Amino acid sequence: MAAVAGPGPETEELLLLENVLGLTKGNKYGAREERKVPVLQTNSGPSLTGLATIATHLVKQAKKEQLLGITAEEKAIVQQWLEYRVTQIAGHSNKEDRKIILKDLNLYLEDKVYLARNNFTLADILMYYGLHHIIAELTVQEKEKYLNVSRWFNHIQHYPVMHESPRKDLGPFYCPLYTQAKRQFLKKSTRYKLNYTRKSLLKITSH
Amino acid sequence: MSSQQWLTEHKRRKESHKSQRGNRAIPAAAAGRVVPFLTHSWVPALHLDSGSFLFSPNAICQYFFLLAGQESNDLTNQWLEWEATELQPAVFAALYCHMVQGKKGAEVLGAVRKMLAYINQSLTCKASPCLVGEAESVADIVLWATLFPLLQDDICVLDELPALRSWFQTMNLLEPCRSAVESVLTPKGTQEFKAYLQKQPVPSLHWEKPATNEPEEEDLAERSLSEEEIAAAAEAWARGSAALPEPWQPSRPVLPVEGRRNILITSALPYVNNVPHLGNIIGCVLSADVFARYCRLRQWNTLYVCGTDEYGTATETKALEEGLMPQQICDKYYAVHSQIYQWFNISFDYFGRTTTPHQTMIAQDIFQRLLERGTLLQDTVEQLRCQHCQRFLADRFVEGTCPFCSYEEARGDQCDKCGKLINAVELKRPQCKVCKGTPEVKSSQHLFLDLPQLEGRLEQWLEESWATGDWTANARFITRSWIRDGLKPRCITRDLKWGTPVPLDGFRDKVFYVWFDAPIGYLSITANYTAQWERWWKNPQQVQLYNFMAKDNVPFHSVVFPCTLLGTGENYTLVNHLVATEYLNYEDGKFSKSRGVGVFGDMAQETGIPADIWRFYLLFLRPEGQDSAFSWHDLLLKNNSELLNNLGNFVNRAGMFVCKFFGGCVPPMELGADDRRLLAHVTLELRHYNQLLEKVRIRDALRCILSISRYGNQYIQVNEPWKRIKGQDADRARAGTVTGVAVNIAALLSVMLQPYMPSISATIQRQLCLPQACNVLTDAFLCLLPAGHQIGTVSPLFQKLESEQIEALRKRFGGGQPEDATFELKAHAAAMASSDVTPPGLAGDPQKAQELAEEVARQGDHVRQLKARKAEKGQIDAAVAKLLELKKQLALAEGRDPAPPGKKRK
Repeated sequence: MAAVAGPGPETEELLLLENVLGLTKGNKYGAREERKVPVLQTNSGPSLTGLATIATHLVKQAKKEQLLGITAEEKAIVQQWLEYRVTQIAGHSNKEDRKIILKDLNLYLEDKVYLARNNFTLADILMYYGLHHIIAELTVQEKEKYLNVSRWFNHIQHYPVMHESPRKDLGPFYCPLYTQAKRQFLKKSTRYKLNYTRKSLLKITSH
Repeated sequence: MSSQQWLTEHKRRKESHKSQRGNRAIPAAAAGRVVPFLTHSWVPALHLDSGSFLFSPNAICQYFFLLAGQESNDLTNQWLEWEATELQPAVFAALYCHMVQGKKGAEVLGAVRKMLAYINQSLTCKASPCLVGEAESVADIVLWATLFPLLQDDICVLDELPALRSWFQTMNLLEPCRSAVESVLTPKGTQEFKAYLQKQPVPSLHWEKPATNEPEEEDLAERSLSEEEIAAAAEAWARGSAALPEPWQPSRPVLPVEGRRNILITSALPYVNNVPHLGNIIGCVLSADVFARYCRLRQWNTLYVCGTDEYGTATETKALEEGLMPQQICDKYYAVHSQIYQWFNISFDYFGRTTTPHQTMIAQDIFQRLLERGTLLQDTVEQLRCQHCQRFLADRFVEGTCPFCSYEEARGDQCDKCGKLINAVELKRPQCKVCKGTPEVKSSQHLFLDLPQLEGRLEQWLEESWATGDWTANARFITRSWIRDGLKPRCITRDLKWGTPVPLDGFRDKVFYVWFDAPIGYLSITANYTAQWERWWKNPQQVQLYNFMAKDNVPFHSVVFPCTLLGTGENYTLVNHLVATEYLNYEDGKFSKSRGVGVFGDMAQETGIPADIWRFYLLFLRPEGQDSAFSWHDLLLKNNSELLNNLGNFVNRAGMFVCKFFGGCVPPMELGADDRRLLAHVTLELRHYNQLLEKVRIRDALRCILSISRYGNQYIQVNEPWKRIKGQDADRARAGTVTGVAVNIAALLSVMLQPYMPSISATIQRQLCLPQACNVLTDAFLCLLPAGHQIGTVSPLFQKLESEQIEALRKRFGGGQPEDATFELKAHAAAMASSDVTPPGLAGDPQKAQELAEEVARQGDHVRQLKARKAEKGQIDAAVAKLLELKKQLALAEGRDPAPPGKKRK
């Protein structure tokens, strides 16, 4: 059932991810069926299918397992958002669905820096790619409305390693409410004693 | 999702085996928001001690396995992702299909079949009992739980998939799986999931036809044309009227004809004691009329019947009110209805009524058959009976003290104060509304149609009808929800006098309930039209039946009446296409006879606005897919922009050019590339119009007509025949071509317009001298007015509506202002009356307005002066207040809404 067709947008995401992970090119991708589910041809064994599956595989290949979460809870949360990415965001082009996605995420991110709370993970990277086109279409008002999503998105977009991936920078989200909210959030986040320093990220970038 | 519910239950077991932490699994039944940040309730969810939520069953399972020290690898991940993206939706669709829609057998499986085969193949290749590795992994658990409801319930047989079967059986025997099954599936088995499934939207199933009579989001308008399309359009055009199909007229009375498309159209029978309002008219008779006219234009053999529904309590009440006999009331209102529909130009083949001997005969015959076949039940019902009036009291005839809140004027069905629903026999101190006497509780025997017995046959029929017919989405939805709630026996008799008598000993003093009786009216009305009515109504092989109605009538037409007919065991024609509209509101509220709000059928003609304009506007905003609202202002706008400036302007110019420049004789036409392109565009719109009307998307098809005339206007505007006619020979020839093509588009429009605006259509055809034989619709745009065709006198089709005229009508018919503004207006008028100022008349008072306007201007200057010289704040405020007051008065005198302009009106 592996009729290989041209690559789809998800394959493009995997190529970007390779950049972020600092993997040297060499992986071969295909895509299957109408939805263009990415397929990774590996030398060592059978091919792997599915965005989340391949992305997880790439992280392991790059030996950056911390991006998959450290504790069992974190790992489960990362997998959960990867599933959300492939079931909820993929293919949901209708406005109502998008609104619900943004609303829910906004509420979720209210007290979080990253999707898995304190640490930057693969979930942030794939959700960032998945939401990129949706965020790009938002008006300034909408960006204000989904303030926490905007903050998170902006944060991920300017995250050091993410600069390796040539996605269009969507600008600094310039709006007064945004800076205000960010300030408030930072105040709150020190209260939560979140690990907001960039130690964990430095580990990733300095290889 | 159902199978996800499985997972947690299962995993909860697993958890208790493998870890003893205090995490809380939230059961699937939890109401409202389960996970605080997710809009849709995702169940099951796991609330961890840390405060985090896991809302994905797969993640929950992974979490448990991680706690047990089992990391997932690439292959388990791949299975889990495949389960979430592919298998889960397919299984959900199959379960929905099976449990909610009650489908059986092969068609349920659909896409799942391929997936089962895929799992089977993977297991076979691996030659190990588990999906990944040698022992059960998270992948086995997740897939097993997803597939369990499907495989367990024998929805599909695994004989051809031995590897999958043995894997499934092995999984079933695992202790955690066994205990999970026990805890979730007791006592109801997999039916446990039904309630959950029913709440979910219908999954899109690739083998089910999409509801094609719903509006699509994409418009075809800006489609690019291919060279073939352009060539084909030009070729069809050139064939001219020779390509018209042979004219065909059904003989009278219209009867089904072998080999033709036989279409039987009904619109819901209007209840006789009320004058229909615009919402009623668009909901059934007018919609059905457009479709009937369209069918006739397609030369389909069409019969359109309707009539008044005359029996029942409401008629009895009305008769009491007006001091007449029920039959007299019916006669009086039947005439009112007939006259209204005649004015609206409704083309019934027959407009009958239900109080006829045929009705009694057919209703009693159907009843006898139901009785013989044992589809009726008998039961005792407690009711209030007034000794003095010698009758059982319908709910609306009783008042009393509310048993819940002791409110003294509670009605028989509901208390107006506490809003609770009341059973009339529970009222304290009940009182007969007619004689004020005290009714007694009496028990009365009644007959019930045994719907639960007929449910199986009903569902089987619905499945067929839905697969082949065009039911509107709301009709499907309402029907589905009725069946989902479970069918109960339905009382078909009433203790009344005005109705069809029940021909059974012990019930001879009772009549049939109107909702048993009324749909039978379709049959009896047809019987009054032709003695051979059974050729329509007992002929499902040859006849396609269309029922038109507003959505509140759906269950009676989709469940109760079909059950009645199915219960007889006779081969009746059942509805193939059920077309239900949503509601039409009036301005911002509802039509209300009692409050005198809204336009009613008999008043429409008093407005001086022609019937065709009403028809156009009502059809333009036909509540197709969602509610819509009648608005006077919008009526003016649509008349002046769409009819006058677009359609009317085009048709008139096309005709005028022929008259003025070519002496009324259609000039020769030499088609160039642009002309051929235009023909192709028009042809596309015509086809789209046909496609839409075949699916009874009446409102959307009207847009195609307006698009064509827009193309036409643009064509004239770009080619400027009025300039070219004064030029050289080539220019003059070009003017001729453009005029000829334009007038032919006008001729096509007159035919397409016929279902919507029959009088305007006839007027255009008279002006253009279009032969009657051209009133046929095909998919081709033909040149019906060839060079040399002589046209008649051309005159404008539409009149401009002036805002003063519309404003006056809006006032007269009420509504149009938000409630608070109305109060404000009343309060204001009262205040002014007390201060001895004459309150302005409702229609406005020009002289008063003039005076006030001057005063406003003076006061305005005064305020500006005060501000300029920086007067005291108190002084300025007082002056401003006075200015505002004056402005308000001015607004009232001019008949405007007195709300300050900054406040946005609804």
